[in-house]
Amino acid sequence: MAEIKLDSLTKTYGPTQVLYHVHADIEDGEFVVIVGPSGCGKSTLLRMIAGLESITTGEVSIGDKVVNGLEPADRDIAMVFQNYALYPHMSVRQNMAYGLKIRKQPKAEIERRVQEAADILEIGQYLDRKPRQLSGGQRQRVAMGRAIVRDPQVFLFDEPLSNLDAKLRVQMRLEIRKLQKRLGVTSIFVTHDQVEAMTLGDRLMVLNAGYVEQFGTPIELYDRPATIFVAGFIGSPAMNFLPATAANGTVTLGNGVSLPGADGVSGPVTFGIRPEHLVPDDTGPIRVCVQLFEALGANTLLHGVLEGTETAVVVSLPGHVTLEPGETRSFSAPPAAQHLFDSDSGARIEP
Amino acid sequence: MLKRVHFPPSLLPYLLVAPQVIITVVFFIWPASQAVYQSFLVEDAFGLSTEFVWFENFTYLWNSRQYLDTFGRTIYFSAAVAFLSMSFALILAGFADRVIRGSTIYRTLLIWPYAVAPVLAGALWLFMFNPTLGIIPFMLDNVGYDWNHYLNGNQAMCLVIIAAAWKQVAYNFLFYLAAMQSIPKSIIEAAAIDGAGPFRRFATVIFPLISPTTFFLLVVNAVYAFFETFGIIHAVTQGGPANATTTLVYKVYNDGFIGLDLGGSAAQSVILMILVIAMTVVQFRFIEKRVQY
Repeated sequence: MAEIKLDSLTKTYGPTQVLYHVHADIEDGEFVVIVGPSGCGKSTLLRMIAGLESITTGEVSIGDKVVNGLEPADRDIAMVFQNYALYPHMSVRQNMAYGLKIRKQPKAEIERRVQEAADILEIGQYLDRKPRQLSGGQRQRVAMGRAIVRDPQVFLFDEPLSNLDAKLRVQMRLEIRKLQKRLGVTSIFVTHDQVEAMTLGDRLMVLNAGYVEQFGTPIELYDRPATIFVAGFIGSPAMNFLPATAANGTVTLGNGVSLPGADGVSGPVTFGIRPEHLVPDDTGPIRVCVQLFEALGANTLLHGVLEGTETAVVVSLPGHVTLEPGETRSFSAPPAAQHLFDSDSGARIEP
Repeated sequence: MLKRVHFPPSLLPYLLVAPQVIITVVFFIWPASQAVYQSFLVEDAFGLSTEFVWFENFTYLWNSRQYLDTFGRTIYFSAAVAFLSMSFALILAGFADRVIRGSTIYRTLLIWPYAVAPVLAGALWLFMFNPTLGIIPFMLDNVGYDWNHYLNGNQAMCLVIIAAAWKQVAYNFLFYLAAMQSIPKSIIEAAAIDGAGPFRRFATVIFPLISPTTFFLLVVNAVYAFFETFGIIHAVTQGGPANATTTLVYKVYNDGFIGLDLGGSAAQSVILMILVIAMTVVQFRFIEKRVQY
């Protein structure tokens, strides 16, 4: 068990820079999720921590040790890969024992630890099968098992759930979370799925185009997104963004409707509000023309445009609501749920 | 009910397959059947009289010490060529797999030997190893080793093995490299994280995973060494000294065209034909079934 320090990590491939000065202090036993769209550098970052990718500048330390110059084998980490990367010619037992065998553990000890890991993951009856004889979920467990038998300081997960079907993914997500809490091993998990990120992580690092947009707890990211990117990335359906102008303590939307707020700011801003925070209110200032709606059972999603503009707006209404395309609904936006972002830099403007 | 499609009887399909059938008959079936027929005949050296003798040619071969020696020598030669060229190709491919910069140049250069004609390959090695002119005997002489493959049968065998293996390295290299590159990179990375160094990874992960390729190459190389090394042997040693490098195929040529024993030579060809058929069966039977994951 160990804390991980990332100090000003950068990565360049030739002239292309893929990571810019990533800083993070990850505490012992913490579960950190790195989340971002494809190509944002999240897998590269993880692979740099694992030692599979060279570090251009900056430092990675695990425990109190700088590991920049160490081989992956010497970093005391275990990694779960997206495609599981099980050795196809070995049985499940051999797959799990491989790392221990190389570290020259006594036979009885290997057997005990494999059995223990198999019990935790409930794969005891598959120990003598080959990976190809297992289903996706079982392979996933074996890959986890191979990581935990080694009893490493750090677990690294590289999108391990993305090859599973939706139901299994939710189940495995919970199991990974439980397992991590039980073993108390510092873990870093890479995903592009924001729901996965929100449910798994003690803290989330949102990466975009090589920059860390925000690093904080899921609720911090949801309640106070630091940038427009984080605001749009965290939460489903995504936050509504309306172009607006701030002046003299009011925010004026594109169709001329003014809302109170934005003290001390003037000029063009982006007004953000989450679909679930728009409150139906017949006298509310935000009027939305309905285009279509999706009844999801627990809630109804209204897709429309802000009256008088072409700006798309999504509203999440609780329960069953029947809407007519073409009708106009009014909503109010509680001040606490409003977000303002600088139109140029995308940075959050604190009220 | 399944409906069967009926076409009106027509000449066209027969015409379309005719070229292939004609080629097969003229170039494969006819010569093969001629060889089988010849193997039952004994002919005098001038071709003036022939006699039908059934299996006498075969029983003669079976009892011929020389033929059995040649058989053993060919197996030794094939095994040595296959082992040498495959192990060397495996090492080269193992390194090429790790090369990142300039890998195309490296690969292209390694493939070149395959484009060299067997006789030319033989001539190259002949010049290098020529006891009076060659650079290698000169260097060996400096360290006190006397090289003369015109007199020393073992040295002659060594030389044809090296020449034949060199030619085949490129081919084996290509297959090994392709096999190695088809192994998912993450498996190798997983082994690295599990603590296996490069050699250990090679021995415990890469080599077992490319075993289907190894098996395939084993058959291909054996066939190559058996049947396609005539040019090299002919250029380098002509089967000598004292038959030390005469393989089965070389003996077919030697007995038939130099010794003018057409019947005996044909009988040897038939035996080789049976061997090829057997090897092909082995190849098809096992290659797709065994050592697969």
